[in-house]
Amino acid sequence: MSDVAPKKPASGRRKVELDPRLAAYRGVWVFVEHERGATHPVSWELLGEGRKLADQLGVELAAVVLGPPGPPIRYACEEAFHYGADLCYLIEDPVLRDYRNEPYTKGLTALVDKYQPEIVLLGATTLGRDLAGSIATTLATGLTADCTELNIDLENRSLAATRPTFGGSLLCTIQTLNYRPQMATVRPRVMQLPERVEPHSRRVIEEPLDLVESSIITKVLEYIPDDRQNEAQLAYADIIVSGGRGLKRIENFQLVWDLARVLGAEVGATRPLIQAGWVTADRQVGQTGKTVRPKLYIAAGISGAIQHRVGMDASDVIIAINEDANAQIFDFATYAIVGDAMQILPALTEAFSQHLATIRRAG
Amino acid sequence: MPEKFDVIVIGAGPSGNAAAYTAAKAGLKVLQIERGESPGSKNVQGAILYSDALEKIIPDFRDDAPLERHLIEQRMWMMDDESYVGSTFRSQAFNTPPYNRYTIIRAQFDKWFSKRVQDAGALVICETTVTGLHMDGARVVGIQTDRSGGSVYADAVVLADGVNSLLAKKAGFRGELRPRDVALAVKEIHFLPETTIESRFNIGPDEGVAIEMAGKITQGMVGTGFLYTNKESLTLGVGCLLSELRAQRITPHVLIEKMKEHPAIRPLIEGGEMKEYCAHLIPEGGYNAIPPIHGDGWLMVGDAGMFVNSVHREGSNLAMTTGWLAAQTLIELRNEGKPSSAANLARYRQKLDQSFVMKDMKKYRDMPAVLEKNPQFFTQYPELINRAAHTMLLVDGTDKKSKERDVRKRFIQKRSRFGLIGDAFKLWRAFE
Amino acid sequence: MHIVVCIKQVPDSAQIRVHPVHNTIMRQGVPAIINPYDLFALEEALRLKDRYGGFVTVLCMGPSQADAALRKALSFGADDAILVSDRAFAGSDTLATSYALAAAVKQIHRDMPVDLVFAGKQTIDGDTAQVGPGIAKRLGLQLLTYVAKIAALDLEQREITIHRRAEGGVQLLKTELPCLVTVLEGINEMRFATMDDMFRAARHPLKIWDKAAAGIEDLGKIGLKGSPTVVSKVFAPQPKARKADVIETHGNTPKDLAATLVTKLFSHHPQIERQIAGMAS
Repeated sequence: MSDVAPKKPASGRRKVELDPRLAAYRGVWVFVEHERGATHPVSWELLGEGRKLADQLGVELAAVVLGPPGPPIRYACEEAFHYGADLCYLIEDPVLRDYRNEPYTKGLTALVDKYQPEIVLLGATTLGRDLAGSIATTLATGLTADCTELNIDLENRSLAATRPTFGGSLLCTIQTLNYRPQMATVRPRVMQLPERVEPHSRRVIEEPLDLVESSIITKVLEYIPDDRQNEAQLAYADIIVSGGRGLKRIENFQLVWDLARVLGAEVGATRPLIQAGWVTADRQVGQTGKTVRPKLYIAAGISGAIQHRVGMDASDVIIAINEDANAQIFDFATYAIVGDAMQILPALTEAFSQHLATIRRAG
Repeated sequence: MPEKFDVIVIGAGPSGNAAAYTAAKAGLKVLQIERGESPGSKNVQGAILYSDALEKIIPDFRDDAPLERHLIEQRMWMMDDESYVGSTFRSQAFNTPPYNRYTIIRAQFDKWFSKRVQDAGALVICETTVTGLHMDGARVVGIQTDRSGGSVYADAVVLADGVNSLLAKKAGFRGELRPRDVALAVKEIHFLPETTIESRFNIGPDEGVAIEMAGKITQGMVGTGFLYTNKESLTLGVGCLLSELRAQRITPHVLIEKMKEHPAIRPLIEGGEMKEYCAHLIPEGGYNAIPPIHGDGWLMVGDAGMFVNSVHREGSNLAMTTGWLAAQTLIELRNEGKPSSAANLARYRQKLDQSFVMKDMKKYRDMPAVLEKNPQFFTQYPELINRAAHTMLLVDGTDKKSKERDVRKRFIQKRSRFGLIGDAFKLWRAFE
Repeated sequence: MHIVVCIKQVPDSAQIRVHPVHNTIMRQGVPAIINPYDLFALEEALRLKDRYGGFVTVLCMGPSQADAALRKALSFGADDAILVSDRAFAGSDTLATSYALAAAVKQIHRDMPVDLVFAGKQTIDGDTAQVGPGIAKRLGLQLLTYVAKIAALDLEQREITIHRRAEGGVQLLKTELPCLVTVLEGINEMRFATMDDMFRAARHPLKIWDKAAAGIEDLGKIGLKGSPTVVSKVFAPQPKARKADVIETHGNTPKDLAATLVTKLFSHHPQIERQIAGMAS
């Protein structure tokens, strides 16, 4: 949210003068992000969250799927039902083959205008952020980005979206009281993936797009996939070993790789290390990097400043290694070792290695 | 064609701002160069502002300068490990406007001052480091910066670039800074609600207290500590001569941690949240450490000229006053149509000699040496004085005459009669 | 070629502190900087100017102190700088901000037709990445976000080709001018201004536009009134209740500490042990 001057928070009970037309908007929608045949898991995380909101409001949860005709798009709808959707809005059109802002914006806004949901959620991915801003501006409504928590204020029947501000130093709760739909984006891995269950519904409502390719100005000339070989799969990793400035020199970062190899873990790093070129940007964990929620996060030489913390403090177990006994990371770690990471890391590598060898011999 | 100015001021701290403002206001073409992102961008801690020095430069500064609290009370504490003997001066005179001293936060204050400098017509350029001086023989004719095309020329250059003026060294105007001529000090800023500060220090809104401390807090090294009240925070600090810190292999960080635990200090900062920490160098060498401060085409002001009165802990007023006097010198020469030669710029030295600046520096010229050579002032005397106070104030059935004898005996035991007389003499001489 | 670069002056959020008593942002002493992402946009625009010639205007909406940001932008080589500042803008959220900036760009376009609007990927204080798309929508400009590279620019044909970062790959997109581009960090390296640039920037007369000069037509669309989102609560994050279990041993040798940790970890979290044993090479 952009502030020109510091905003005074609205006092507790706010009288809502919601236009009766807008008050009639009902339903929680989740935009299912589907690109090149694959659905981004953030869509399912949002359906899980959307389910809670819809239940509180007593309304339906809908998945919104846009894409080119074919089995993948139908599969996406099917999956949406497995993650709790009551119904699925579907727009199938060849023009939607690759993501482009114009046709996707048109499709989604047309659906919103026709079916009038009160809440629309999107993943805060490059696609989601590109799309959400355009839609919110077209609909002239409120959009809250990168939410970490979504609740319903039953008094106003409105969405209370909590998000970090100023780099995570503070949190603020934002509401869109007088406009509909209320829009919010959420980063991948911030919400939990819900259980995949048997669908209780398979209702699909199809709508046309009404756009011809020739009228769309932006063209996709090519798509160049990333070389996934060395790419970090951090966001969904279960075990991550991460290094920070406390490692002091680039050579020491090898110790992080060594431990990760023994544990079968992914490797992460704090922002200064990416800026210094020790590792590629896809390994950055933190506010401007990735949010992770692994079962085990080992932080070596990391101070635990808020910009990094917000990216990993949802980890189940955090082991922190730092020379400075007063480091912030010890405020929220599960296990703490006060010591020199350059010595502790190899010791851990050895200790884990031995332990694994032992149980393998036994097993 | 590189630009030419009447004056280039290097540095945008109090001395540089005073010089740039005064010169620009009188119509000189002034360029001020600051290497930080913005004036004061690196300084967030509390400091003391002396109205007298600033009033001479900007008489109406109180209208919009960011001021924290005006000081109405000064406490001086002689510290032992678990006690202190102190004196306090609190006066309604200090609580009557116009106020004489204020606490300020340097980051905001420097920014305000810089805006005034710019409004006065000076060109202020930041994020640019002066890497050297352009010389024509022995004459300074301009500066070189770290930006391409970065040479700028002027009739006079004012060096206001701080205690560790690398430029002065590079140009050969002075030698290496000696560790015994500077103190390394650390400051912390602790946040507390306004009302808490006011009730703890017995002051009202906008009123402030300054506590200057000496004694065991510097563990036998020459140094002082202090605590100032800002609006919503306290500034706590301690510093010692760099030469002694090195010899003892102690960091000021260790000292301040210990200081915070002192039973007289801990309750004052209780519940506060420490939000800033920084270290910096303070000139302590006094009169004898003042380097050459003028030459052909150049003047030195502020900490670069070692202008700090270490006895009274005055620095920023000397900084502003030297900057102001330097600018006045240049204005006079311009008006008289005279060049900024070394001979003509000697007038700056004369002005300083006539002002409180040199008079105070001269008065205390022997103090640094005396203190350095006499650690008893930081160890034995604080102990003795505190012990004496304890003895006299403890009501335990002993008669007073015996108590007095006890105190005398202890002093003599520790220092011997000769020692005591000698110490008194040394101090007297140092103060004269 | 005329490029408008939108910048924002923000508090350096790495240095932001929360007031321990009031739980508000302590802005005093925190330096205000140009949003770092916007610098990449500015540098990219300047590189296009170096290559094709033309004019770069920097546009900023903010309080009067934001003039420092504009001067800095000028020092890198921008030709003109406009500060849109008016108390009526106070309290604007992203929708209201994009309305105001779009109006200003329209004004600029009237004086000198605009070919491209550049912006950074997001701000470090708001982090929303919403204003760029908002401006594009309002001006009817094609939107290109997360641009990692400008592959080609054909001013004759009025076409631009870019690389856009998507999940898992890069899109090669081509579209017509005028359009709006938001750039990714790392797309370039900022130049170091020359002394002449610094002088020019310090002396350049900034244009300061109030709401009238910025061409704001509907006052209901700016400031608090024009902001659908309202902040209902600001609070400090709750510190986690749990205290870390500090691993200590007699002697505290790395070997002992490591062994103790491994034992503790696996005895309390057997599922992690299973995971590692199953996965590790």
